[in-house]
Amino acid sequence: MSDQLISRDEIEKAVRGHNADYVEIRIDDTAATRLVYRGQELEEIGRTQSFGGCARALVNGGWGFVSFNRPQDIRTRVEEAVSQARHVGTETSVLAPVDPVVDVVPLDVAVDPRTITLARKKEIFDSYNARMLSVDGVTSTNIVYGDAHKHVTFASSEGSYIEQERIDVISRLAATARRNGDMQQSSMSLGALNDFSYVDTLDEAADTIASRAVELLNAPYVEPGVYPVVLDPILAGVFCHEAFGHLSESDFVYENDRMKEIMVLGRKFGRKNLNIVDGAAVPGLRGSFKYDDEGTPAKKTDLIREGVLVGRLHSRETAGKMGEPPSGNARAIDYRFPPIVRMTNTYIEDGDATFDELIGDIKLGVYARNWFGGTTSMEMFTFSAGEAFMIRDGKVAELLRPVKLTGNLFTTLENIDGIARDLDFNQGGGCGKGGQMPLPVSNGSPHIRIQDCVVGER
Amino acid sequence: MTDLNAVLDAARKAGAQQAEAYQIANEETPVKFEANRLKELNSRHSSGVALRVIADGRIGFASSTRPDDVDDLVGAAMETAPFGPEAHFDFPEQAEAPAVETFDPATASFAVDDMIAAGQSLIDTVRKVEPELLCDAQLRRVVGEVTLVNSNGANVSYRGSMLMAWLHGSLIRGTDMLFVGDVDASVSPDLDTARIERTVTWQLEHARNLATMRTAEMPVIFTSSGVADALVMPLTLAFSGRLVQQGQSPLAGKLGDEVYDARLSVHDDATLPMRPASRPFDDEGVASRRTPLVEQGAVRSFMYDLQSAGLAKAASTGSAERSLTSQPNISTTSLIIAPGETTFEEMVKGVKEGLIVEDLMGAGQGNVMGGDFSGNVLLGYKIENGEIVGRVKDTMVAGNVHEALASVSAIGAEARWINGTILTPPLLFDRMAVSAKAS
Repeated sequence: MSDQLISRDEIEKAVRGHNADYVEIRIDDTAATRLVYRGQELEEIGRTQSFGGCARALVNGGWGFVSFNRPQDIRTRVEEAVSQARHVGTETSVLAPVDPVVDVVPLDVAVDPRTITLARKKEIFDSYNARMLSVDGVTSTNIVYGDAHKHVTFASSEGSYIEQERIDVISRLAATARRNGDMQQSSMSLGALNDFSYVDTLDEAADTIASRAVELLNAPYVEPGVYPVVLDPILAGVFCHEAFGHLSESDFVYENDRMKEIMVLGRKFGRKNLNIVDGAAVPGLRGSFKYDDEGTPAKKTDLIREGVLVGRLHSRETAGKMGEPPSGNARAIDYRFPPIVRMTNTYIEDGDATFDELIGDIKLGVYARNWFGGTTSMEMFTFSAGEAFMIRDGKVAELLRPVKLTGNLFTTLENIDGIARDLDFNQGGGCGKGGQMPLPVSNGSPHIRIQDCVVGER
Repeated sequence: MTDLNAVLDAARKAGAQQAEAYQIANEETPVKFEANRLKELNSRHSSGVALRVIADGRIGFASSTRPDDVDDLVGAAMETAPFGPEAHFDFPEQAEAPAVETFDPATASFAVDDMIAAGQSLIDTVRKVEPELLCDAQLRRVVGEVTLVNSNGANVSYRGSMLMAWLHGSLIRGTDMLFVGDVDASVSPDLDTARIERTVTWQLEHARNLATMRTAEMPVIFTSSGVADALVMPLTLAFSGRLVQQGQSPLAGKLGDEVYDARLSVHDDATLPMRPASRPFDDEGVASRRTPLVEQGAVRSFMYDLQSAGLAKAASTGSAERSLTSQPNISTTSLIIAPGETTFEEMVKGVKEGLIVEDLMGAGQGNVMGGDFSGNVLLGYKIENGEIVGRVKDTMVAGNVHEALASVSAIGAEARWINGTILTPPLLFDRMAVSAKAS
């Protein structure tokens, strides 16, 4: 940032000299552009500039957290956080040790959206909108485009000082087809870190979405029931995120003895073919970064290796309390929130099957593709497919209206009996937890097959 | 605080024919409990300004939390305007607004120690019912001020306050997980924590046994919380004047039609005293009001903000809502579904085999705009021969809210507030698709 409102010197001074076990400051400066279309109309175009900071303090195991917009308040706000923490704390503070880091990370950008004029951005999306609306039967569209450049400065009382930058570029295209009272929608969400270039390549995607929405008007609902299902990499990635990823977040576990029993390392969750990984150190994806929001260096963490639970995601506090190494998964969406344990890039590793082998011996099943949404309660998960087909006698058969898949994750992972070797990533999602949404993450998988999955309509 | 009139002046100098500046200043104080004990005190001090301009007939927008950067703010808004949508409205003049109580000084001065005590007492009470329950809780105090001025003379401002209490408990046995919880919110520090305790106690008592569901069409009761979770969003989306005007709402062209059961009445009301969603003006400076959406089953009106009203040749219903970084959107304030005559007990008694939905997970996915809802029953109970026999698992329910409300079997007599913003009775539907995996 050329015009930082608070200097490094001011930040480092403000974080030092408090009677606390630990203090950190984050300063966040974000400039964003957003375009929204609905139907013929460009409905919204705007630019936002968000500057803010926060201070977090730990005293005797209790946390205080204060966020603010006025830079001149920084010292007072840190003191406020310390006194809050003192008010709460009655135990001993525990944080897993992390070596202090001083680093200014340069922005590694391919095509920078800030170099593309608003006129050009509008021209690109005007053309996608026109393509979708030109398809016979499409009655409306919805397009959201956003880019955000974020500069985050982190400093801690342990001596860390880190500056990081990132640019998120997200796009969502949706088409609605309507006939009489019946309405169907088809959509696609895409994203990239530090690169605008994919935005310029969506002609075919726009055509496909539009014609799919119209086709859905003639498609039947699935007969609700229990089926073998094959998921494409996008949906399997969401499944991996919802059905297992959240359970591996240690803040659900570290103070819960029952959950500790369930999530004991060494527990068998799946078959030998199943390997699940999370890591911000996997480069170039939406969930990638060099340091998390506690200044812990990014890692790649094995969660499930050959079907067995071998690791989990940590903040410094959960790692310290569980006696495990910190994994670099403490993240906050912005300065208004304290960091909590979150996923980064979560994926199922390649297996050895092919797609044809996965569907070949299914007499009656469902092939579900593309992402619509998903959520989890830890024990149960549910997620919706953007499109689905029946599988009949080993072949992909008729198109269905969107389906919803649900299950118990403790049995479902064990029911994955086939994994292909075509790993791909979904970068269009944003994860929500604890009121913090959307956090940039990616998830990925090859095609997978799950036996005995509950499939519902709508 | 930024001088909003200076922002308007600068916008006009930069070439805007009309301009509107919107400012918020909030103090938010959440007290967080984790694993049955106090964990974290927070406070968020937030402030910022958003500017909308109309220049050569087009709308530009920018917002900033950077104090005093009037020039950048005006520059960014003017830069977007040439590409922005055509404005189909003028910013409103100063309007006569109803007197709506939105602020209680007792909330503003409600002490953090009292919030801590209230949270701990909530947790202690429900753990007397179930000592193994692991509780997270939050007490949250919000005090804020909204100010809006525009170049057509509107200059409005009001203060708001809210206190919210939220309890979430989990009980884990093996890999069986039970989640219970409730939330209440009010402008005054008069939260009904006794209700939260009663609700969670009732949930725990009826969830003790497990019951097995089968896949079939069967009667389904949505409790007030179930209605708010699953049905309200797909229903109210269809009343968005913008979606109606664009032909995206299934209710387009049906104004005045008797689409729903004749016993159904639904309205939106931003003028109720002391409700967290109440306000004298909406977020474009339009006076608040009570808007009937459904009266005796007939579609009575849609909800509009200025732009959608201009496009539809209608009047704004004062339904504009925005955050600092977003442009106004159509939204409900307090949504009220009028109670009927059947008690919850009578509803349950009349069902031979059916499902009660209290908490539906993933309800907002799928074809919501078309009115579809579906989800995994996170907390729900099975009814056999008029009795609640236990909690269900691995069960999904799906339907279309417009079809369902056209043939609702019974509307509950007891309405309750959910999240402080939705007042609804339980609803009973005779036939709804339930799918289950027998375990």
